[in-house]
Amino acid sequence: MSIDQNTAAKVAKLARIKVEDDALPALADEFNTILGFIEQLNEVDVEGVEPMTSVTPQRLKRREDVVNDGNQQPKVLSNAPDAREGFFAVPKVME
Amino acid sequence: MTDLNKLGLAEARDLLRKGETTSVELTQSCLTAIDAAGALNAFVHKTPELAMERAKAADERLKGDDAPAMCGLPIGIKDLFCTKGVDSQAGSRILEGFKPEYESTVSQNLIDNGAVMLGKLNMDEFAMGSSNETSVYGNAVSPWRRDNDDAELTPGGSSGGSASAVAADLCLAATGTDTGGSIRQPAAFTGTVGIKPTYGRCSRWGVVAFASSLDQAGPMTKSVRDAAIMLEAMCGHDAKDSTSADLAVPNFEAMLTGDIKGKKIGIPKEYRMDGMPGEIETLWADGTAMLKDAGAEIVDISLPHTKYALPAYYVIAPAEASSNLARYDGVRYGHRATLEAGDGITEMYEKTRAEGFGHEVQRRVMIGTYVLSAGFYDAYYNRARRVRTLIKKDFEDVFAAGVDAILTPATPSAAFGLGEMTDADPVQMYLNDVFTVTVNLAGLPGISVPAGLDAQGLPLGLQLIGKPWEEGDLLNTAYALEAAAGFVAKPRKWW
Repeated sequence: MSIDQNTAAKVAKLARIKVEDDALPALADEFNTILGFIEQLNEVDVEGVEPMTSVTPQRLKRREDVVNDGNQQPKVLSNAPDAREGFFAVPKVME
Repeated sequence: MTDLNKLGLAEARDLLRKGETTSVELTQSCLTAIDAAGALNAFVHKTPELAMERAKAADERLKGDDAPAMCGLPIGIKDLFCTKGVDSQAGSRILEGFKPEYESTVSQNLIDNGAVMLGKLNMDEFAMGSSNETSVYGNAVSPWRRDNDDAELTPGGSSGGSASAVAADLCLAATGTDTGGSIRQPAAFTGTVGIKPTYGRCSRWGVVAFASSLDQAGPMTKSVRDAAIMLEAMCGHDAKDSTSADLAVPNFEAMLTGDIKGKKIGIPKEYRMDGMPGEIETLWADGTAMLKDAGAEIVDISLPHTKYALPAYYVIAPAEASSNLARYDGVRYGHRATLEAGDGITEMYEKTRAEGFGHEVQRRVMIGTYVLSAGFYDAYYNRARRVRTLIKKDFEDVFAAGVDAILTPATPSAAFGLGEMTDADPVQMYLNDVFTVTVNLAGLPGISVPAGLDAQGLPLGLQLIGKPWEEGDLLNTAYALEAAAGFVAKPRKWW
């Protein structure tokens, strides 16, 4: 599997990270180095092996489905780069 | 008394109990050492006022007879832990100015135990790195130098600031976190002790997430006894972390008898890597002999999938990171890029993340995005998770055959120079974690113990790997190894 510049650009778009066009060749090279390393996994026989979901065999705890937290609007907004009138503010979203 | 900052947790605790010093004196001594150690760039957010306030409260508490073990002991906290009202940036520009409204469970447990936070410690950005060179604060520097050489060395990573601060006696101990070796590798590079407990032992709540199925917090200390004391204070069940184990926390310190007679120690043949320096081979053989002399039975074992641990890790960890780091969008906290006229929300996300994340973090988020993308999910992500199952089974088989602990080198080399790896490809840097990453994938406890110096006078560490939830037994084996190795070297002060 080899990643070309177009694929690198597509991955950057999916990750929502702006990458300038002139940086794409180097990025694609780095991806190929790392993916080349990862390709070793193809040597392993994984037939019939379950993918791990939890490293410790435990069942997640359950609790009553009730509201037990809230009413912390000022705290929630206190670190926002732009908060107005009790809301997070973002650029206009119009399709 | 002078040089109180050079004490370990156990010694300082005992002096406090005898009334021979106070928390205020201990704290002042550390704050003075921190102010004189700017060249190490270990403490990146200092909290002297808060520290003195907590030290005074601890001294009051120590007048009673029910003060907890860590009461009055000054420590450093890795920047990855959210600390209420104190900058918590995870070493990243994207969290610049972030002051959490809450305290992580681990740091809260330490506060409840009376520990005194001196400040926040440098680290690789989002804990992604093995040399502390990806930090927005700049490199943390090791107090160690090679004989007759002034080159600045890495304290390791990602908990590089923690390792540097403990080794240079800027604090009595520090918290670290370990996703692929980020406690044990820096501990080995700086002649300190670092333990990553079993996955689920320490709550992850309030710890900035990197790879949630691998991340664990742990202590970095000057001795195994100190590690036992601090680990007990840090861990425990937490309803706010669904993967936190609902198990009683043993008195780890009480389990340090030093008696390991009859314990079966496994030596895994797959950890004998091609090109491993002769000094590491010798150190490993010496450590094996020490445990044998202490009465342990040495057995050769095989962990056949070891070779595939790093490649599996470099699928699973970036995949989880790409998901965890999606939250840094310039909306709720931290940095937001300045936008140009006409920029919409997509441009805001893309510019914010390009400006806020450093190069290594961007690379890992994108690798994670790729291995999770349609068409590749099965080939990469699911395959890596299957290999992870096999890696865990390797350990289960060995433990089922009666092995109590496994001895390996902690790192493939001593600390390298800052900047020395700049031109290497990323995979070369990843190889630092070759002996530690298996332990995270299998969710096991692992501890690095300083065991010797290399020919250039730099510390080398050995790693012991234990059975799940048996940190007490593992610490005791480490205690026996520490006693036999008799490592007492300290860096000569140049800063």
